[in-house]
Amino acid sequence: MTGTLTPVATEALEIEGLAVEVDGTRILDGVDLRVPRGEVHALMGPNGSGKSTLAYTVLGHPKYRVVAGDCRWGGISLLAQTPDERARRGLFLSLQYPTAIPGVSVVNFLRAALKAHGRDLPARELLMTLRRELEALKMDSAFLSRYINDGFSGGEKKRMEIVQLAVLRPALAILDETDSGLDVDALRTVAEGVNRVRGADMGILIITHYQRILDYVTPDRVHVMAAGRVIASGGRELVDRIEREGYDRLLQAAGLEPSRLEGAGSAASA
Amino acid sequence: MAVAAKDLTKDYQFGFNDGEVYVFKAAKGLSREVVADISRRKSEPAWMLAYRLKALEHFQRRPLPTWGADLSELDFDDIYYYVRPAEEQGRTWDEVPAAIKQTFDRLGIPEAERKYLAGVSAQYESEVVYHSINKDLERQGVIFCDCDTGLREHEDIFRQYFGTVVPPNDNKFAALNSSVWSGGSFVYVPKGVRVEIPLQAYFRINSESMGQFERTLIIAEEGSFVHYVEGCTAPTYSRDSLHSAVVEIIAQPGAHVRYTTIQNWSTNVYNLVTKRAIAKAGATVQWVDGNLGSKVTAKYPSIYLMGEGAHGEILSVAFAGDGQHQDAGGKCIHVAPNTTSTIVSKSVSKGTGRTSYRGHLKVHPRAHGVRSTVRCDALLLDESARSDTYPYMDIEADDVEIGHEATVSKVGDEQLFYLGSRGISEQEATAMVVNGFIEPFTKELPMEYAVELNRLIALQMEGSVG
Ligand SMILES: Nc1ncnc2c1ncn2[C@@H]1O[C@H](COP(=O)(O)OP(=O)(O)O)[C@@H](O)[C@H]1O
Ligand SMILES: [Mg+2]
Repeated sequence: MTGTLTPVATEALEIEGLAVEVDGTRILDGVDLRVPRGEVHALMGPNGSGKSTLAYTVLGHPKYRVVAGDCRWGGISLLAQTPDERARRGLFLSLQYPTAIPGVSVVNFLRAALKAHGRDLPARELLMTLRRELEALKMDSAFLSRYINDGFSGGEKKRMEIVQLAVLRPALAILDETDSGLDVDALRTVAEGVNRVRGADMGILIITHYQRILDYVTPDRVHVMAAGRVIASGGRELVDRIEREGYDRLLQAAGLEPSRLEGAGSAASA
Repeated sequence: MAVAAKDLTKDYQFGFNDGEVYVFKAAKGLSREVVADISRRKSEPAWMLAYRLKALEHFQRRPLPTWGADLSELDFDDIYYYVRPAEEQGRTWDEVPAAIKQTFDRLGIPEAERKYLAGVSAQYESEVVYHSINKDLERQGVIFCDCDTGLREHEDIFRQYFGTVVPPNDNKFAALNSSVWSGGSFVYVPKGVRVEIPLQAYFRINSESMGQFERTLIIAEEGSFVHYVEGCTAPTYSRDSLHSAVVEIIAQPGAHVRYTTIQNWSTNVYNLVTKRAIAKAGATVQWVDGNLGSKVTAKYPSIYLMGEGAHGEILSVAFAGDGQHQDAGGKCIHVAPNTTSTIVSKSVSKGTGRTSYRGHLKVHPRAHGVRSTVRCDALLLDESARSDTYPYMDIEADDVEIGHEATVSKVGDEQLFYLGSRGISEQEATAMVVNGFIEPFTKELPMEYAVELNRLIALQMEGSVG
């Protein structure tokens, strides 16, 4: 690779030969991926291909053990850092299944998160900001005093993740299937939320296995993952191709057997 | 044990020791002479001396209870049973000896008094050294003083109720308290009077091997309301101290008494307390009981629902760190029909800490239409932490509605990761999860106490993450 010869022009998430095990089972098997700040990339792939594993690993979930390769942000390896250190360096993950924390209100949760990021807003300003972002995601301000994700519907949890994205304004955001389980209106609201924060300051990796959200949020690049590796990368046209053909031809081209992969081939039909 | 207790001092901010301050200190150990001397120094009527001596006999006769927390290291001969810190009780803080005032300053009591309290009592060792009450309340006939003053100046009311809720032979520690009691609070709220701002008592043990035996008696007449709050701390020593209080509450018909405790003794204190209330027809009694400190706590606040339509609530939270055992719980005894009760217990165990919930729900045969719910939730922070529940139910009536639920959970990796992914450190995240867990308790506290409790939990979390 040329990484050592070319100076890093912009900050980027650089994943190189990343191999990861969960409970002794190899899940990621040499992932290469680069997402620079200011670009929106899509990561597609059939169910079980390792997309969430990659997202969790980038943020440092303790369950995921890196056995080879590296993962850097701004040229510095993330691997020795705890999740909170990574988050404070500008990383953010919208979880596929956001966790409930009973007893911790949305306000207190976000106040603590902002404070951790060195932005201890005065109460008035904090409330104004939160109300504004909730409104943008079409959520009632009553959510402020509810416990974070506790008893939220699937769609409310996803929208709350985007509220957090908008409030925290990370340098690199990974959105893990933020689109799944949403009806058309909610999907559009979430997509608009992403478009609002999108800009030169933020790199975004949208993990999805449907093209739906990409109709609203146009990606600069598209990657396809299968069996723990990135098997294809390209422009927007890759999305259309998957839409037409499913994943089978891409898998075959990569020397993988389609039938063995759960969800393969049917991903585009939903 | 002493070593383990000392190691904890770094986390305990109230463990400072301002040196010994006293004008009289009885010899160590317990005897008829010590009891008689306490009574003489207090110039008590003869009936009280007789009462004390009889209680002492009960205490000496009764074996140490073995059904609960381990008390085998408790040495009754290595305890000072009476230490008089000052000659006179102060009505202003300037009248309190400087060294003692300094202690309470460091604990923030005078400041809290200025900001949000209607009355304050500050006990240091065996005696209340400072006392004040809002003049308006005094004019409405509210009495708030230490129990010794209660006996001296209001003997008729005092004698009518003292020992009627917790008799001296109730249990070994009630007998001990009844024989050597000193200080505590006497509260009397006349019919229909509402004390809207909390009355607070603050208990401080200062010297090593100290025994503190305050006695509290609260009488709320018909339709009245009072909220009494108590807090307590002690310096950390390698030798154990003993705190053994008795609290009696009488809520007359339609009265409402709320009693809030934030117990934060140092981890060398045995905290063995008997708290019991009687609720007459239509009365409400609430125990809001927070246990953070002590080496061993054995405390099961109870409510006897004696009159039709009475309501009782026991809301408790226990936090046990390394080497601590919080053996807490609650008892509701439904004697009258259509009475209701709720018991909610939340416990958190960390390191080698141990919490137990011990509950008793009893419904007498004639008590029809009773409704009660019991809920205990335990949160374990470490593999070595332990939690047990001993819910005991004794239902003798037919048409009752009883709900019972118990859960044990661990602070999940997923919760810590989620908070971590938002930039929040593991230590702070753990404190947030714990504070969230006890939120149903915290939200019942006056705001100032809620903030303080959350801060104490955060302190307990410090140094807990490697
Ligand atoms: N604890 C585990 N032990 C073994 N395999 C696991 C474990 N957890 C997840 N996996 C497997 O890892 C693979 C990748 O999962 P995941 O990253 O969630 O995929 P995706 O997000 O692409 O659907 C799946 O085949 C899943 O079954
Ligand atoms: Mg996934």
